[in-house]
Amino acid sequence: MWPPAHPSWWRGRALVAWVTRAASPGLPRPPHGRTLGAAGESWGLSRHYSSAERKEKVDMSRFPVENIRNFSIIAHVDHGKSTLADRLLELTGTIDKTKNNKQVLDKLQVERERGITVKAQTASLFYNHEGKQYLLNLIDTPGHVDFSYEVSRSLSACQGVLLVVDANEGIQAQTVANFFLAFEAQLSVIPVINKIDLKNADPERVEKQIEKVFDIPSDECIKISAKIGTNVESVLQAVIERIPPPNTHRKNPLRALVFDSTFDQYRGVVANVALFDGVVSKGDKIVSAHTQKAYEVNEVGVLNPSEQPAHKLYAGQVGYLIAGMKDVTEAQIGDTLYLHKQPVEPLPGFKSAKPMVFAGMYPVDQSEYNNLKSAIEKLTLNDSSVTVHRDSSLALGAGWRLGFLGLLHMEVFNQRLEQEYNASVILTTPTVPYKAVLSSSKLIKEYREKEITIINPAEFPDKSKVSEYLEPVVLGTIITPDEYTGKIMMLCQARRAVQKNMVFIDQNRVMLKYLLPLNEIVVDFYDSLKSLSSGYASFDYEDAGYQTAELVKMDILLNGNIVEELITIVHKDKAHTIGKTICERLKDSLPRQLFEIAIQAAIGSKIIARETVKAYRKNVLAKCYGGDITRKMKLLKRQAEGKKKLRKVGNVEVPKDAFIKVLKAPSDK
Amino acid sequence: MTLPGARAGAWAAAAKVAQRRRRAEGAGRSQSPVTPSLRAALYVHWPYCEKRCSYCNFNKYIPRGVEEAAVRSCLVTEAQTLLRLSGVHRVESVFFGGGTPSLASPHTVAAVLEAVAQATHLPADSEVTLEANPTSAPASRLAAFGAAGVNRLSIGLQSLDDTELQLLGRTHSASDALRTLAEARGLFPGRVSVDLMLGLPAQRVGPWLRQLEDLLRHCDDHISLYQLSVERGTALFTQVQQGALPAPDPELAAEMYQEGRAVLREAGFRQYEVSNFARNGALSTHNWTYWQCGQYIGVGPGAHGRFIPQGAGGLAREARIQTLEPDSWMKEVMLFGHGTRKRSPLGNLELLEEVLAMGLRTDVGITHQHWQRFEPQLTLWDVFGASEEVDALLQRGLLLLDRRGLRCSWEGLAVLDSLLLTLLPRLQEAWRQKTPSPVPG
Repeated sequence: MWPPAHPSWWRGRALVAWVTRAASPGLPRPPHGRTLGAAGESWGLSRHYSSAERKEKVDMSRFPVENIRNFSIIAHVDHGKSTLADRLLELTGTIDKTKNNKQVLDKLQVERERGITVKAQTASLFYNHEGKQYLLNLIDTPGHVDFSYEVSRSLSACQGVLLVVDANEGIQAQTVANFFLAFEAQLSVIPVINKIDLKNADPERVEKQIEKVFDIPSDECIKISAKIGTNVESVLQAVIERIPPPNTHRKNPLRALVFDSTFDQYRGVVANVALFDGVVSKGDKIVSAHTQKAYEVNEVGVLNPSEQPAHKLYAGQVGYLIAGMKDVTEAQIGDTLYLHKQPVEPLPGFKSAKPMVFAGMYPVDQSEYNNLKSAIEKLTLNDSSVTVHRDSSLALGAGWRLGFLGLLHMEVFNQRLEQEYNASVILTTPTVPYKAVLSSSKLIKEYREKEITIINPAEFPDKSKVSEYLEPVVLGTIITPDEYTGKIMMLCQARRAVQKNMVFIDQNRVMLKYLLPLNEIVVDFYDSLKSLSSGYASFDYEDAGYQTAELVKMDILLNGNIVEELITIVHKDKAHTIGKTICERLKDSLPRQLFEIAIQAAIGSKIIARETVKAYRKNVLAKCYGGDITRKMKLLKRQAEGKKKLRKVGNVEVPKDAFIKVLKAPSDK
Repeated sequence: MTLPGARAGAWAAAAKVAQRRRRAEGAGRSQSPVTPSLRAALYVHWPYCEKRCSYCNFNKYIPRGVEEAAVRSCLVTEAQTLLRLSGVHRVESVFFGGGTPSLASPHTVAAVLEAVAQATHLPADSEVTLEANPTSAPASRLAAFGAAGVNRLSIGLQSLDDTELQLLGRTHSASDALRTLAEARGLFPGRVSVDLMLGLPAQRVGPWLRQLEDLLRHCDDHISLYQLSVERGTALFTQVQQGALPAPDPELAAEMYQEGRAVLREAGFRQYEVSNFARNGALSTHNWTYWQCGQYIGVGPGAHGRFIPQGAGGLAREARIQTLEPDSWMKEVMLFGHGTRKRSPLGNLELLEEVLAMGLRTDVGITHQHWQRFEPQLTLWDVFGASEEVDALLQRGLLLLDRRGLRCSWEGLAVLDSLLLTLLPRLQEAWRQKTPSPVPG
């Protein structure tokens, strides 16, 4: 009955049951004594159990700074990061080896499904090496570039990383991006070549790639198979030997970095913190450097990988902290916490989450609005990086404009809505935040700034009032077998990308660097890249600021009337193609009417694309006699009812479906 | 039940005389002196077919053997029951449809007609139509139907192209069709109708028009043009779904329809309804009753009816459906005298909606007098006169609203279903304004 695998993980749930049982004599007691201890601990049971509870609370003072290692595992998707984490947890007795541990740290359904880590998880491992008890804090990072800010914050709590590379696939785009993040943070990098048990594994080739691309001598690579456990112990030894202990001071006033936060329905925000200086314990008054709000600490502890309360956390250590914060925006990633009345210099690098991809989200059925609203609220409780603005569209009804860190972030959010909250939504084609440098003094006065960000295309300022438009760009890394290079270069060219670099990382693999406008990759770049390279090319990108762009506002007209929800900001060179596509999609989804419908794409007064929906020539039921009348009337009335719900643009009736077909983001395969 | 052949023959013989008289007068529709609620048309459904046609989704059955005497007895019983229930004094037309009613024996047709004539007044000049398939209707058999009282034939000719007939799953050939047509014309001069389909998969406009012109050389005074609709559950639907046949092209069908209408107009035919064309006044009175929302009684499996059950003290018109499946229907008729499966009273608004949707299918449309019979308070002007949307349709010449009434133009008739999507909501709106909803609480 009582799952023995992760005592701390199921503590909360199991104990609620026990508390109720304890009150009714005659019911069987739970078999494990240690359960009771844990029970008393976090749920404050009767005094009878309190001695057991003291024993359970971890005394973290046992770990001086020199016995602490803080590290992260970074890897390209599917190179085995989570599997290695599982093995490390098993080796250190953090989780039970006999159990089938599948990516224990990946808690989200989407994470397990897609083999990526979205939400960073952390585990403190206790490990005895050469007679010394070590505290190894494994700070798991999100596995995708969308979360590069989160990755960089997690890395700033580390002194070293394990760079995991698949022995078969070799270095991939994300390996490169991750390496440079670690390199810039001046961390020790331990290359780990994983999956050496695979038939096609070629660890020697990967060693050479690592030497060539990262300038790390090949003898520093550790070759393992996380899946079957080969050589994993030596990874732990390398962590102790090659990663320095954190350079921190217990005596200084508290300085703690928030590198992640989650929301717990009962206890509020649980912040994951790394202590750079000082000590923190229950009852301490702390202040957020970002919000300047003060809180009293209710609980501190370590994660192994679930919460285990501790008396105190000390400099150099990593753990969690609960302090009555009600909202994850109160514990933003990168924020610094310090003791009340003992302010410190905040840790560098804090940024508020900056959404880079926006999309409209609408319930498929407006009656679902409130359910969807509550689902979005619940999800954003755990993810402060999603920005939410109410929006409404004449065609799609009430909804929201959501801002995401990137495409994957958006997709994950959408999937979680569907899977965890069973909400079905219409997600509109993603857009990026453009900027305009205003030249009209009147407008500057109105906006109170010279450079404005445009999220809603309807607010796109006219060219006459603007000295230049700017679009966000990214630096993309593509790694591919060289036979696909030509096709990939053509794809990039079509996406207005500028090549920055091209190197062979081994005999037949090329690494390409491109400066790419973000809006060119938000829709289907990744899919195109994957399909033209038979899945072999990998892609990753990092933010590269803004660049001047010749942007234009494109209107879509139906019989001369502008359709507001279809106004699009496009690059001048792409206007024709995009306009044509939208017109074609509309043509396919607009029902015929009694008159001809001209569908046009226009920039200003210039028509750049046109399609026509011909008028109905015949629309009347052929046979209508006695037996047909009931059915016929039913059908007509249903159609008439549906017609009332159509959006009218001038005299043209547009069904919601037509808007969805044009606006909807292409679904993934 | 057996009927003395002599009596059935007596009615039929009287009918023959009346038919010639009526034809000489060239009357289009009968203007009956009896009040509308006391007259009705009668539809009799014969549910059996020899073979399933690939496009047909009607209520029909391919039996191994039909116990015709039992079916006949049930048709007679149900006709008697429903006629009594309706309280009608006069039946103005009888239509034997199906299925393939020409597979029934003429005796069955005679028995039903005799029962009707006994139960109520069936004037000798009443239109009695039988649907006939070319193969199941050799001349001798057609003559026997004539003797039984049938005075009008509707021939399911469908096409004059053997390949198309095969595709439709018909059992006859083009020459069978023409032979039957000629025989029928000999037996029922001026009272033979033929059906021609358009918009078949892979059908082209030119060849189809040549079929129509060919047909004009052989046909009588009535033609129906039906656009094929590929209905779910038919073999044709499956074939189109699976890609074995191309889906019919609605553009081409529209063109055939427009060209066909024009050809028939040239040939002196009046398009008195969306799919029906007649010359020399040979309109179908029975079908006209449907479009004018007259009362009709449906007898036989799955038949529909619309009448006020005055015989049972009813005041509101009911939409009625008889039990679909023939065996169950027969059991019910034997037990209760009828197999009515569903009765739904039609509200006043619902009836008006039908008056609108059906009436506009005809060339005369809805006259002010006709409308007033159903709705004495709101005139057509009241309902449609002040609407901007309706006005747009009038302006575009699709619809006409004038001293005669409301009707479609030549162009409007072809897109009536689109027009109705504006007209029906307008009627509903006017109705709501006429009868304000009760204040809640």
